[in-house]
Amino acid sequence: MTSSLRGNLIALLLLALAVLAAFALGRYPVTPGDLGRLVWSLVTSEPSGLPAQIETVVWNIRGPRIVAAILCGAALAIAGCAFQGLFRNPLVSPDILGASSGAALGAVIGIYLSLGLFGIQLAAFVGGLVAVGAVYAVGRAVRRGDPVLVLVLTGVVVGSLLGAGIGLVKYWADPYNQLPAMTFWLLGSLAGTAKPDLIPLLGPVLIGAAILLALRWRMNVMSLPEEEARALGLATGPLRIAIIAAATLVTAASVAAAGIIGWVGLVVPHLARFLVGPDFGRLMPTAALLGGGYLLAIDTLARTAAPVETPLGILTAVIGTPFFIWLLASARGGWS
Amino acid sequence: MSLSASALAYGYREREIGRDIALDLAGGQVLALLGPNGHGKTTLLKTLLGLLPAKSGALTLDGRPLAALSVGERAHALAYVPQVHVGTFAFSVSEVVLMGRTARSSLFAAPSAHDRDMVSAMLQRLGIAHLAERPYTEISGGERQLVMIARALAQEPRYVILDEPTASLDFGNQGKVMSQIRRLAGEGLGVLFTTHDPNQALRYADRALLLRDGRALASGAAAELLTPEQLAALYGSVIETIRGEDGKLAFLPG
Repeated sequence: MTSSLRGNLIALLLLALAVLAAFALGRYPVTPGDLGRLVWSLVTSEPSGLPAQIETVVWNIRGPRIVAAILCGAALAIAGCAFQGLFRNPLVSPDILGASSGAALGAVIGIYLSLGLFGIQLAAFVGGLVAVGAVYAVGRAVRRGDPVLVLVLTGVVVGSLLGAGIGLVKYWADPYNQLPAMTFWLLGSLAGTAKPDLIPLLGPVLIGAAILLALRWRMNVMSLPEEEARALGLATGPLRIAIIAAATLVTAASVAAAGIIGWVGLVVPHLARFLVGPDFGRLMPTAALLGGGYLLAIDTLARTAAPVETPLGILTAVIGTPFFIWLLASARGGWS
Repeated sequence: MSLSASALAYGYREREIGRDIALDLAGGQVLALLGPNGHGKTTLLKTLLGLLPAKSGALTLDGRPLAALSVGERAHALAYVPQVHVGTFAFSVSEVVLMGRTARSSLFAAPSAHDRDMVSAMLQRLGIAHLAERPYTEISGGERQLVMIARALAQEPRYVILDEPTASLDFGNQGKVMSQIRRLAGEGLGVLFTTHDPNQALRYADRALLLRDGRALASGAAAELLTPEQLAALYGSVIETIRGEDGKLAFLPG
């Protein structure tokens, strides 16, 4: 068995386990047996014989939330892989070009203007795209030195400006209604995800992930110095735009659906590397599967660990930070 | 059929590095590019590879203007072996060589069986087949240079351009790499390399181009061109010459 096949099987198994655990844990436990009967009743169109409560939990509450967690986790992981390759550094994450901070600013403005849930999600999505577009435009305008390094530095600067913008809107916000909503959103959560929320998430994630997966065999070359990649026959300019656009699309969609969830895009590509090695062609599908299972497991923990839901961003940080420190201590990476 | 430049001026957008360069690299030939540090060797290589646009003059690949070719078309003919560096990701040696197949496959294609066969064949050709599954980041400098040459050959190019192929290598590995380079010309490839060692140019190159301040100080057959006087003029320092009993020449600095 090849390492790639084995890695994908392990990732798929973990994802399946995370799905079963997510259904089984919570106030209304749904056993694997119940799930089987529900699926069977769907196939045969006969009544499942389960309490209506359980059916509602599966189809309308926990089911959509599980799908959303898998989609967001896979999206962040695959975008993380793409950005780590593009920026030639294993320590970058999908928010390196300001996708997350842009989306966050969009969302807090949406909350400040009382736009409603859909309006807030749209504002977040547009905010993420505009932020990365601005970073890219500034990076192009600078036209000095290594284009990749210029982009990263621009991303840091613009991200810090966006952070100031978020602070300002929070300062203006109504401290009794709006500020708690903003705080809650900035910490990330999938609580309250319903079926209609899945459509704006599913479309962008599938499109962006399809582009990134289609280009994954070229990611190895994109991770080389610019001139070397071009000498190997790759038109790096257009390809970089396509990869940034696709990765931003999936990141913005996931931030719009779930708020800011850090660390997943950084940690999961490394876990996947342990399974299948650094080759992006094999890495990216495994990372997508693993990311889905990882975020679902964390979301299940967020639901069940305490009487009140724990924000996702807190849990991913608590798990991600020690991992990152270990990575810094043991990895060779650098801006080479 | 050659990679040919005449009255070539090159450099970056706002800064000219060199001008009046004429050279001609034909298949089966080795051309050495010599010159002091910071006198425009690497920039000239990048221009010859089409990575930097020429500022003026003519630059043609097998009769066609290099600037008119696409990135992919150029990579079908010209392969680049950059100075050895350690990559960010610990790709295996065969994954690195596989990158040489980029221009030979479509943008979305996974590596084919033919690509993988080509990789094994190139690793065999350079005698490094035993390294195939080792991480590229963990092999020696000399081995890494051979891997980069294997990657260039996997492109199936007609010309190979190497930037200081022996710069960071120990004495034994310098010999190994240089004899491989000579072998490539024996197999019909046109080879251009830069070096800091005139002895390498003398021993392994057919022709040499001496580059100072971005100008061609002289060019011609290596054996005739490389004299103590020319080298003293090139490097601005005294060069000592040693002649063996068999008539072989060697240069020593200072």
